[in-house]
Amino acid sequence: MGGKTLFDKVWDDHVVVPESEQTPAVFYIDLHIVHEVTTPQAFNMLRENKLPVRRPDLMLATMDHSTPTVPVKDLSVLDDPAISAPEPAKQIRQMIVNCEEFGIELHGFGDHHRGIVHVIGPEIGATQPGKTIVCGDSHSSTHGAFGALGFGIGTTEVGHVLATQCLLQRKAKSMAVNITGKLQPGVSAKDIILALIGKIGVDGGTGHVIEYRGETIRDLNMDERMTICNMSIEAGARAGMIAPDETTFAYMKGRDKAPQGADWDTAVKRWKSLKTDADASFDKEVSLDISDLEPQVTFGTNPGMVVSISKPIPKIGDLSFNKAIDYMQVKADQPMLGTKVDIVFVGSCTNSRMTDLHSVAKMLDGKKVASNVRMMIVPGSEALKVQAEAEGLHKIFTAAGAEWREAGCSMCLGMNSDKLGKGQLCVSTSNRNFEGRQGPGGRTVLASPETATASAIAGVIADPRDYI
Amino acid sequence: MEQLTQLTSKTTVLPIDDVDTDQIIPARFLTTTTRDGIGKALFADWRFDAQGNAIKDFPLNAPDIADCKFLVAGRNFGCGSSREHAPWSLFDFGIRAVISSEIADIFRNNSLKNGLVPVIVDNDTHQWLLANPGAEVTVDLEARELRLPTGKAVTFPIDNFARHCILEGIDQTGYLMQNIDNIGRFESNRSWQP
Ligand code: SF4
Repeated sequence: MGGKTLFDKVWDDHVVVPESEQTPAVFYIDLHIVHEVTTPQAFNMLRENKLPVRRPDLMLATMDHSTPTVPVKDLSVLDDPAISAPEPAKQIRQMIVNCEEFGIELHGFGDHHRGIVHVIGPEIGATQPGKTIVCGDSHSSTHGAFGALGFGIGTTEVGHVLATQCLLQRKAKSMAVNITGKLQPGVSAKDIILALIGKIGVDGGTGHVIEYRGETIRDLNMDERMTICNMSIEAGARAGMIAPDETTFAYMKGRDKAPQGADWDTAVKRWKSLKTDADASFDKEVSLDISDLEPQVTFGTNPGMVVSISKPIPKIGDLSFNKAIDYMQVKADQPMLGTKVDIVFVGSCTNSRMTDLHSVAKMLDGKKVASNVRMMIVPGSEALKVQAEAEGLHKIFTAAGAEWREAGCSMCLGMNSDKLGKGQLCVSTSNRNFEGRQGPGGRTVLASPETATASAIAGVIADPRDYI
Repeated sequence: MEQLTQLTSKTTVLPIDDVDTDQIIPARFLTTTTRDGIGKALFADWRFDAQGNAIKDFPLNAPDIADCKFLVAGRNFGCGSSREHAPWSLFDFGIRAVISSEIADIFRNNSLKNGLVPVIVDNDTHQWLLANPGAEVTVDLEARELRLPTGKAVTFPIDNFARHCILEGIDQTGYLMQNIDNIGRFESNRSWQP
């Protein structure tokens, strides 16, 4: 019998009733993050069955997806059709009612920690090594950067966790992704994960929990590790994890919900055991050397359709490929470099943290956004907004002609008022370039904050290495 | 949950790989707080043009679509977001099984909780189904079997528990509630508290 992987250890620690051939495991959840979009029907289920929320203390509630990114001093702002459509406004109000009725603390408008679900968990210190963390949002894999097991669930399962704090689960397979090499200037964590998805495909991780390993990962800070784990789902994986280390502990120490005093020392001791044993084996292993990695940009309509910025779009020629390049109005054998840009969006749970904002500010300092481009910079949380402003970053952004907006998912998903128009091309630091993801008919090119900023300055897709 | 044992129906075919849940139901339709009438939003941007007119050659706009309860889709159907609105809209539209060589994890899981049967088949069977839209096939959940009009029958994998729930038409919450004492014991016996 070999040793255990990090995933095995976290899994074993949460099995209430083991799985059998006939039944899945009853699996305990330590943190449930709830937002306005994927929960209303689950709260209705509780009402219909006269059930309470079992552990309101293990819920973390906020509003991010359908919220506007202009200041909301009071809710009547939502009645302005220029700011919000009536349906999202109703959803936001319903979230407030649901949290009040079921005794859940809500980080709503004006709260320092309102923000994108996957940004506030770590920020508030609720995301911790060894925890199981779920949310009705597939990018829950982000929390894996701390050595937690985070995965997305549907609304029925949201109801399960609200009522029982458990899920019915079958254990996934394990997959090691070994990353080696040192990043070149102008290349960042986003490029690593895009390159990985390009290599293994959007279904390369299906049925698996990925563990990212290797020297490159150890050198990354927590923001960068979150960028990588965030997009595990784009490779089809259930979750992505990174074993916690001193970098993790230094990030967490002193945060509101992190253990304090003697509890901190006990916790760190436990967390240090959360790593894959030397004699453990994985169901699947993949390696990626990033020494020569270039900035990556997507050309198609899923994150696996990605290319190095200096290279031409490959000619694949099957039905899905043809449909994608047709939609994107790009051509095989041509590079993405030089393609005209309408919008640049810096934000989302992938790239809206201080590391990202710092990179953007450094490149934009003293520069101007091209006149044909609208650049939007949207921090992941209200706390990040405050921190960035305390450092004066907003002055650099606005002096360059970029918009500095209120926290939220914003243009990541086209369900609040930040949307692309038909045919508009957006270089976006978010995680999905599906058809119409950012608004019907909109064209999304996924890239790093560095590539996005270079493109904003140039007015066309540009190589960040020419701008640093 | 609606009960299903065995169903014979025509297929409709969407031969595209990696169809994501943003296509199945675009985000702007997720602003609903109920599930009512959600089938109207199914594939909204592929079924209708910007003026709201039906796009004629899109398979789900075929005149006989009401007779097609099975969707045969390209590889890796349902990738992307965890929105359960995706299986809800397929089910509300009338689809009872999605057949492909590969179905994304979260979508498959969400489907099983709503009585929408994910049928995963081998490449040869998949190719045959893609090439024969409108074929009348049988999904036999009891026997875990897909039967083609050619006489070929293939078994498909499906979780025992989820299958049991769909065969009986019961939802999974009840089983979890039966375990509430186990859950309480687990909470008080843990070596650390979240
Ligand atoms: S930023 Fe985008 S991907 Fe992240 S939680 Fe919000 S909508 Fe989902």
